This record gives sequence, C-alpha cells and structure tokens, in this order.
Amino acid sequence: MTEYRPEYRNVAAVPLKDIAQSEMASFRTQVQERVAAGGLVLSFFGAPIDMEMNLICVIGQAETGALHVFRTAVGESYPALTPTIPQVHWFEREIAEQWGIRPEGHPWLKPIRFMQRAYNGKNILSADGADVQVGVTDYYSMEGREIHEVAVGPVHAGIIEPGHFRFQCHGETVFHLEIELGYQHRGIEKALVGGPHKRTPFFMETLAGDSSIAHGIAYAQLMQALTGTQASTRAEYIAAIALEFERLANHTGDLGALAGDIGYLPTLSYNGRLRGDYLNMTGLICGNRFGRNLVVPGGVNFDLSPDTVSELKKRLDVIFRETRISVDLLWATPSVMARFENTGVVKKEDGIALGWVGPAARACGIEVDARAHFPFGAYREIKVPVASQESGDVYARARTRWQEMENARTFIDTALSTLPDGKVRADVDVMRKGALASNTLVVSLTEGWRGVVCHTAITSGEGRFAAYKVVDPSFHNWFALAMSLRDEQISDFPLCNKSFNLSYCGHDL
Amino acid sequence: MSWMNAVPVLIGLILSPLLFGIINRVKAWFAGRNGSPLLQTYFDVFKLVRKGMVYGTTTSLIFQLGPALVLTSVLLALLMVPFGTMAAPLSFKGDFILLAYLLGVSRFFTVLSALDTGSSFEGMGASREVQFAALGEPTFMLGALLMAIYTGEMSLSGMVREIHFEAVGGQSAAVALLVAAWMMLLLTENSRIPVDDPNTHLELTMIHEVMVLDTGGPLLGMVTYASGIKLWIFSALIANLLVPNLHAGAVTQGAVFVAAVLLIAVVVGVVESIMGRVRMRQIPKVLVGATALVATGLIMTLAG
Repeated sequence: MTEYRPEYRNVAAVPLKDIAQSEMASFRTQVQERVAAGGLVLSFFGAPIDMEMNLICVIGQAETGALHVFRTAVGESYPALTPTIPQVHWFEREIAEQWGIRPEGHPWLKPIRFMQRAYNGKNILSADGADVQVGVTDYYSMEGREIHEVAVGPVHAGIIEPGHFRFQCHGETVFHLEIELGYQHRGIEKALVGGPHKRTPFFMETLAGDSSIAHGIAYAQLMQALTGTQASTRAEYIAAIALEFERLANHTGDLGALAGDIGYLPTLSYNGRLRGDYLNMTGLICGNRFGRNLVVPGGVNFDLSPDTVSELKKRLDVIFRETRISVDLLWATPSVMARFENTGVVKKEDGIALGWVGPAARACGIEVDARAHFPFGAYREIKVPVASQESGDVYARARTRWQEMENARTFIDTALSTLPDGKVRADVDVMRKGALASNTLVVSLTEGWRGVVCHTAITSGEGRFAAYKVVDPSFHNWFALAMSLRDEQISDFPLCNKSFNLSYCGHDL
Repeated sequence: MSWMNAVPVLIGLILSPLLFGIINRVKAWFAGRNGSPLLQTYFDVFKLVRKGMVYGTTTSLIFQLGPALVLTSVLLALLMVPFGTMAAPLSFKGDFILLAYLLGVSRFFTVLSALDTGSSFEGMGASREVQFAALGEPTFMLGALLMAIYTGEMSLSGMVREIHFEAVGGQSAAVALLVAAWMMLLLTENSRIPVDDPNTHLELTMIHEVMVLDTGGPLLGMVTYASGIKLWIFSALIANLLVPNLHAGAVTQGAVFVAAVLLIAVVVGVVESIMGRVRMRQIPKVLVGATALVATGLIMTLAG
C-alpha cells in the first residue's frame, strides 16, 4: 500500500503543489488501489502543467465522500490502464485522441469524437498520421452466413441528436452494439483554456442543454472555490430547487417518451404537457424555462419573492399530483409492464466495472448519488434519499426515475418552506485579473438528472484556466446502453435507448 | 350483376382513407389533443400523387412497379368483399381463397420492393412482415372454413348472407370468437398497435412502415391508398359478421353497414389508445392465440 493518499472534499481548491506528481508505476498502483476499494473514476485526462504533459485522475469514494486526485508525467505513450480498470476505457481513448498519447495495450483504441488531430497536432489514431475523417474508423464486426449488420444514423428519422449505431445481429437478436459519437463536437474544452472569458458561462449552460442547471452549478461552485467566494445559503437553496425542477422536467419527459416508444399514448401525451409545466416553474424562478443565467459564480441571479414561493408550492402540488396519475398508468397497464420488465437488463457487476453513474447505475443497485455522497450546496443540509432498484431493466430505470421525482418533490417542498433569508448573490468578478487562485486544481461535482457531473479546472500561474475538464454523466453511460443490447431484440433498441436517454452534445462537447 | 353492385365498391374506394382519419381522431381524443383533420389521409394522398419521383440508385424496375401491383391486387380483392346483404360484384365458389391470396400478392410485391432497395432496415421489416403474415393466414382460412361449414355456402357473399344475428342463434358464440380472431387479424394485417405502430419514427421497431421508407411521391401515395383499402377490406369483412339483416331498403342497410365499418375504426383507435405494443418476440403468440380462438369456434360449429 502506498502511504501518501490525500483526500479532498467536493469543491475543495487544492494547490497544485500539494498534489504530488507520482512516477507512472506508483500512479497506476494508486489508481488501481482506489478503484479496487470501490472508487469511481470521475475524470481522467491529460493536461499540460508547466510545459509538461500530465495525466490527472480524479477518483471519488462514495462511502467516505472523499475525492482523490493523482497525477503523473507522461511521454509519448504509457501502459494502458483499461485492461485492469475497464472503467477508464473511454477516458483513455479520449486522452489518445486529444493529446496523441498512446495507451499501450488498450483493447479498442479509436477516436471517440473524430477530432481531426490532437490539440498538439499529433495524430496516432489514423494509419499514416493523416487527419481523422468523421465516421471513418474500424468497427467491431462479426462474420458468418447468417450474421447481418445494421447501421443506424448519424442522421435519424426523428428530430434527435446525431450518433452512429452499428448492430451485429443474428436475425432479431443483437450480439453487439457499437456506438460512435462525436458528430456534435464543438471544441468547448479547448475554447475554455485561457478563460474564464465572457463566453464561458454560456458554454457551461449549453454543455448539455437539458442539464443547464447541473453544469451551471458545477461551474459556479468551481469558480467560487477558485475565488474564495461563498454563496449564501439562500442562493444555494434556490440553485438546488432549480436543479430538482430540471430533474422533474426531464424525468417526466422521459417517462412519457418511454411510453411513446411502445405506442402507449396516454402517458406520452400527458407527460409531454406536464414536462412543460415543470419547465414553466423554472421559468417562473428566472424567466428562462431551462434555467439559463440563473446560477452564477457567487450565487443566483434571481431571488424568490414570497409570492413566487407560494405560487411554486401551489403549482407543484397540482402538477405533481397530475404527474402521479399519469405515471401510475404505466405501472398499472399490463401491456406496458410486459415491455418494460426484463428488457435491456444490465448487471450490477458490469456497472461497477465500467463505472456507470446516475439513475442508470442506481437502477441496477449501484447506489451512488453525488447529492448524498459528495454533498454540495443545499444538499449538505437537506438530505435526499438515494433512489435505487435491483433489476437493471427498463422498468428499473423508469422506476428509479419516478422515485427520484418523488424525492425531488419532497426536496423542493422542504427547501421552499425552509428558505433562509439573505442576499442571493455575492459580489465576485471572475474576469478581474488575479481573481482566481493560481496553480490550483478544483474538482466540482453535482448530480444532474443523468448522473454525476464533474468539472475539473486547473489554473495557470496567471490565474487563468490551464485546463478545464468536463465530464458529463453521458460520458460514463454510453457504454451501458451498448451492454443493455447484448442478446436483446433489435426492435427493443429504441426503448433501451430512451431508458438511458443520454446526451450526445454533453458527450461530444 | 347490375350497376348497383358497383356502388359498394365505389363507397369503399371513397371512404377507405377516412378510416385512418377516424382512428387518429379517436387517439387524439384519448390523448387530449385536437388531432389531425379527419380527411388528412386524402390530403396526404393528393399531395403525394402530385410530387415527382425519386428512386434509390440501388433499386430496379421491381421497386418502381411494386406499389402499382400492390394497389392493383388490393383493388381486385375489394371486388370480392360483400357489402352487408348486398353481394360483392365478383362472387364465386371459393372466392375467399382468391381474396386471401390477392392480399398475399400485394404483400409479396411490398416485400419484393423492400428487398430491392438493399436497405438492412427494409430487409428486416420484410422478414418480420412475412413471418407474421404466415402466422395470420390460418386465422383467415379457418374463419372462412367456419363460415362455409356453418352456412353451407362456398362464396363470401353467400356466407355473409346467411350469417347475421337472428340466423346465427345458438352459434352466436362461434361467430363471436370469429369476430374476435379477425379483429386481431385486422390489427396485424394493417400494422396497428399492439402488433405494429404505424406512427413510430423508430425504424428498428417497425414492421410494415419500414418497408416503404425508400418509397416516395406518387408511389407512396399508391401505397398509402392501398393500405386504406386493405383496412377497409378487413373492416368490411368483420362488419359483415356483425350487421344484422334489417329487412330494410338498400340505402338503410348500406348506411348501417358503413356505420359498422367506421365503428370498427373507432374500436381500433380505442385499442391503440389504451395499450402499448407487445414485444416483437411475443407477436407470434398473439397470432397463434387468434388462430386458437377461431379453431375453437370451428369445433363449436362442427359439434353444434
């Protein structure tokens, strides 16, 4: 066992010098030990620190609420961690793509976003070092007279985001699904370097547009840590209320969409309307239905008047009662339950090995929730129970979401009733020169409706972002969708897909 | 055969697209929406036939001819469907076999056109369509056999003349089972919920719709119209079992019959509104269930 193992809390600002640069061998041992002890790799990325490439790995320990940060210097290549720690497989592909660093022995090294070339111009993911072409890569394939391959996307029949899916099928049965993303790559992480800029908050709120609040809070917390600002408790409450409304709106929409995918119209139609009602409540708080420009470093931009509080309570009461009626139809309709149960089953041990997060993980019994285990903001005071199921099928994922909605409703009720007094925004100018602590690393976690959102910032000597790493929960979970299709009927893909409802742009950044 | 025999066929030709309008309005009503206009399918067909043609580069003549052959075969089939007490224009011994296989021909050309595109989706849909059609066939044939044994008639028009409630009497249970089984057949053959979902945009779950993904313009217009006729044929067959002989004038009798057909569309709409689709793997069970129902009816007829 290695002796030096610092632990940090969520949103702690840590001077870089306190994070010792380990030798590669010792870095690997530390990461492996933490993962073996039940750690979740929240972020694993390459970042240039003082003109030297570093690999930085952030591991969260749900039991203790501790965050571990390890770093090591790296050259052209390093022995891949994936063979022993499967949950970093996607991270290592990203490192190879972004920095041209080869993880030797990675079993399936190929682009995840089809970046033309790495940030430093290197290119190890195409045969001759030429630019990577979008969509051009090796795909997993099976051979056999009765095997057929079905390719779906990147352009889909519905108005949804682009992603490419390849199924290896035998008749109706899927042996393997390979998911290729990256069609929405905007280069946000690169654009954030040297920031914060004026555009930074807008990037943050559109990392995944349906998780504006979750990413907004993650960014605001991080900036508060870097500037040494404390948001008032009242501001934290309002931000958390907005986060729960975001959860309510999205879970409502998804439960409706699940019904729609199996042609069950009542819940589809009602939930479509009810989702709008929840968005309208967010709109009531800040004037924007997705909560844009609500959460800012230092607090929130909009206070809640007593009238707004009572209006929100009143509306939530009515809308939630209607939602319950609509959602209960799902559990009470045999034809719906026949489709939800035993469809798209994923196993808990796979989830742990591959590092899944959010409701998708909780639906197979992996009880990790940043609100409970890495508490932030108002969740330090108002506890939210961790919703979970055991069966890991579409039903479990739907049911987990419903449990979370009930918890969210209780949380909002409590928060509105116990809203503390005070200013909602501390004065902080993040743009001011020297406002940010220099040579510092901050990890900021929030629990969005899809799962844990992880922002990691490293500041330079001038107090600007030397690196800003965003990990959307979708990044962890896309492979869960692939796993859920193993030995499943291809006709159940849309249902499985919807039960995860992952973000393309949140992954592609 | 007089010109009067052509009237029911004309009514079928004119009213068949309305069935989709009714189904959609019922579904919209359940969902609390206004829904698309009752005449939407007419607008759609009219819009489509005025469009130009676009063919996939992998397709051949089969793809271009397919929809016309599909439409022709269902139109021929329509000629054999009796209209309540009024006999069909085309009626002869064993016509139900020709009816079944004309619908089979239409399916054959749909499948062939789908395979002609070379798309993996369409091939998948074709495979599903053929599988489920094969399982649906016994339901139709055993049902026709039931009617033939019961009425002693060998043509559809003859059969339905004899089957109406006052005549059925003690055999009403057998006919009720037949109606239930054929209703399930109607839902399957016309790609409705719980077997298929005509409104989904999810290619991977489609059965029938996926086969015409590459079809556009006037060809799609023909396919759409043909599917309306097909739904009319099945609805009319069931309506024939339900509508009693009122011993009224041809106009009244005809109006009641049309009302029954439209009512079946309402029932389809209700079914689609209150249940979800069954899992693809379970569809054969639904179809075998329908066959079991009609077989039970057949045994009752033979025993009674």
